[in-house]
Amino acid sequence: MNKILLVIQREYLTRVQKKSFWIASLLGPILITAIYAIPIWLAMQDKEVKRIEILDESGLFQAKDLVDKEVEFKLVNKPAAELKASFSKEGFVAFVHLPKNIVSDSKELKIYSEKNLSLPLKSSIERVIEKKVRATLMQQAGIASEVYEKTQVEINSETISVSSTGDETSSSSGGAMILAGVMGMLLYITLLLYGSQVMAGVIEEKSSRIIEVIISSIKPYQLMLGKILGVGMVGLTQFLLWIVLTIGLTQVASTFYGSSPIQQRVEQVKKADPEVAKTMEASPMDEVTKVIESTNIPLVLGGFLFYFLFGYLLYSSLFAAIGSAVESTAEAQQFTFIVMLPIILAFIMAQFTMQDPDSTMAFWASMIPFTSPINMMVRLPYGVPMWELATSMVLLVLGFLGCSWISARIYRVGILMYGKKITVKEMAKWLFYKG
Amino acid sequence: MILSIQNVVKRYADHTALAGVSLEIPKGQIFGLLGPNGAGKTSLIRIVNQITAPDEGQVIFDGEVLHPKHVEQIGYLPEERGLYKKMKVGDQLMYLAQLKGLSKAEAQSRLKDWFIRLDIKDWWYKQVDDLSKGMQQKTQFIATVVHEPKLLILDEPFSGFDPINANMLKDEILGLKERGTSILFSTHRMESVEELCDSIALINQAKVVLTGEKEEVRNRFKKDEYAVKFSGELTNSSAFEVVSIDAEQHSAVIKLAKSNGTNQAISALIKQVDLFEFKEVIPSFNDIFIQVVEETK
Repeated sequence: MNKILLVIQREYLTRVQKKSFWIASLLGPILITAIYAIPIWLAMQDKEVKRIEILDESGLFQAKDLVDKEVEFKLVNKPAAELKASFSKEGFVAFVHLPKNIVSDSKELKIYSEKNLSLPLKSSIERVIEKKVRATLMQQAGIASEVYEKTQVEINSETISVSSTGDETSSSSGGAMILAGVMGMLLYITLLLYGSQVMAGVIEEKSSRIIEVIISSIKPYQLMLGKILGVGMVGLTQFLLWIVLTIGLTQVASTFYGSSPIQQRVEQVKKADPEVAKTMEASPMDEVTKVIESTNIPLVLGGFLFYFLFGYLLYSSLFAAIGSAVESTAEAQQFTFIVMLPIILAFIMAQFTMQDPDSTMAFWASMIPFTSPINMMVRLPYGVPMWELATSMVLLVLGFLGCSWISARIYRVGILMYGKKITVKEMAKWLFYKG
Repeated sequence: MILSIQNVVKRYADHTALAGVSLEIPKGQIFGLLGPNGAGKTSLIRIVNQITAPDEGQVIFDGEVLHPKHVEQIGYLPEERGLYKKMKVGDQLMYLAQLKGLSKAEAQSRLKDWFIRLDIKDWWYKQVDDLSKGMQQKTQFIATVVHEPKLLILDEPFSGFDPINANMLKDEILGLKERGTSILFSTHRMESVEELCDSIALINQAKVVLTGEKEEVRNRFKKDEYAVKFSGELTNSSAFEVVSIDAEQHSAVIKLAKSNGTNQAISALIKQVDLFEFKEVIPSFNDIFIQVVEETK
């Protein structure tokens, strides 16, 4: 036991003392913060208003119909051929040609631009024209414009989850999906990252030929276990650093955001007009708050740690077995695919689980030990029956024990095998070697 | 006996590495384990080190059946030896010493002694990557002996050593023997056997084919042959037979007609030639090795 601790200590310290560990630990939160902060920063920049020329042959449009917050329209009355040649020289992004019979046949609408038109701009133009055409059609059908205006409602639902005891909590489907996606992604990356670190460590010991000295002091399975646990602790340390640094950095970023002119203006508008303030509440930040309120944070966090730990233990023991059978990272490639396949499969399944967390596929994906870490983490924010969670956890632990037994048997033979091309069939034989 | 190997069998999927090997290795000696490549030496050493277990038979270490606790009383320098390249020499040796059961403080003080002894005081903070091969070999040797094992197992210890380091290693090995360490020394270099070993065992094709005390083994392979120097004409006689002759050098090897018949041979010789030199041919371990391996093929 004492010796396993020594191995854990060495594995942990040699990795934590490396520069690359600290670079990854610092860059991670900066990247996460950047992903969160850059859209806000971009939103703070004044958007450039795009200018569009419109030639309206139908005579339907007046200047007041052509209002959009991102696009400035200018009605012109010149021959189409002349406009085609001149619009870009006069600083217009595009030139829109509305045909005479736009109301009856909208297919004739043509937009000319120098560069490819961006999709949002195209839909902005179409939206403005659509609105007017629809209103005209309504009028022709005898529906008064006031009636039409009244029918333009937008529905925003509030989702509420009700527990069996009747407790109601405001839930957030969008937020749960984001949380699920982040969890799944994080597990996927870390399983691959730390699993291959274990493999590289085993290959290093074998190729540098220190292995025989080490296993004359401790049993191979002790060395394997110590290595896996040591690297796992490096992973947990990195998570901890990421969490602490991300929280720190987002605090800094949000103080900056809070004191920005935009935020001040938003506050002013809220004070002046409570109605506007209400709609402004539905901002992304609000969604985040809602997720935090509606999810069982200790359960999700505990679940994440559990599924990271056992998922990692299961996969890294397989990675260790592969590392033991080969002599170089290049040679390992053909075998790593076998182990990576279930991780990739689990990640693909997770995309479907996210869409429908209660489907039969999602159920089985979150039960089978190879796919359950990622898929159960994706299901967890949506709420999972306790018995399913418990079964999945027990199965994962059993899966880990089975895999580590197999791996340990391959490992003890593999680490002493040199100068031989190993096949999967060969590795299967090692399982039955004695002592 | 420090080590008593009793009828050990080790089979792998496609071959038998050890087919009932029995050996007695006395305390305080340097015991040479000889044999051609693939004879089963490394398999036997791995069993003694408890890296693998025998399929049959057992090993008695210092009066007790071999047990995991014994790894702390054995030092092992494998033929394929290496170090963690990205670790500092001091850290690495501390790690290896502690794995052999030394406490942190003990490991530190003993290592410091060794660093002074081998005159490598300023290596402690050097990374292994920056060491020359000879320096790495010194480091590996310290790792093998720092826990003061009762039994030292050296597998081809001189391979890759330059003459200076080989000499240092030889002195250290003899020093350890003097302080009571038993040494199991595996090699196929016969000159180091002649120089260092007290007893030997020769393994070929998974079996012990020859074992015994060095001089006794040598005597067993004497063929009653004598090297002679002379002037004159040498021919066969009733007392001896000429095995080979070099007329230019005036030397020859003769084989006596019967053992202990040296006096008869000499009197027969001086009748034929002027005799300058008469010396027994003592077989080298190289010859013994080749002869036995050929015979047991």
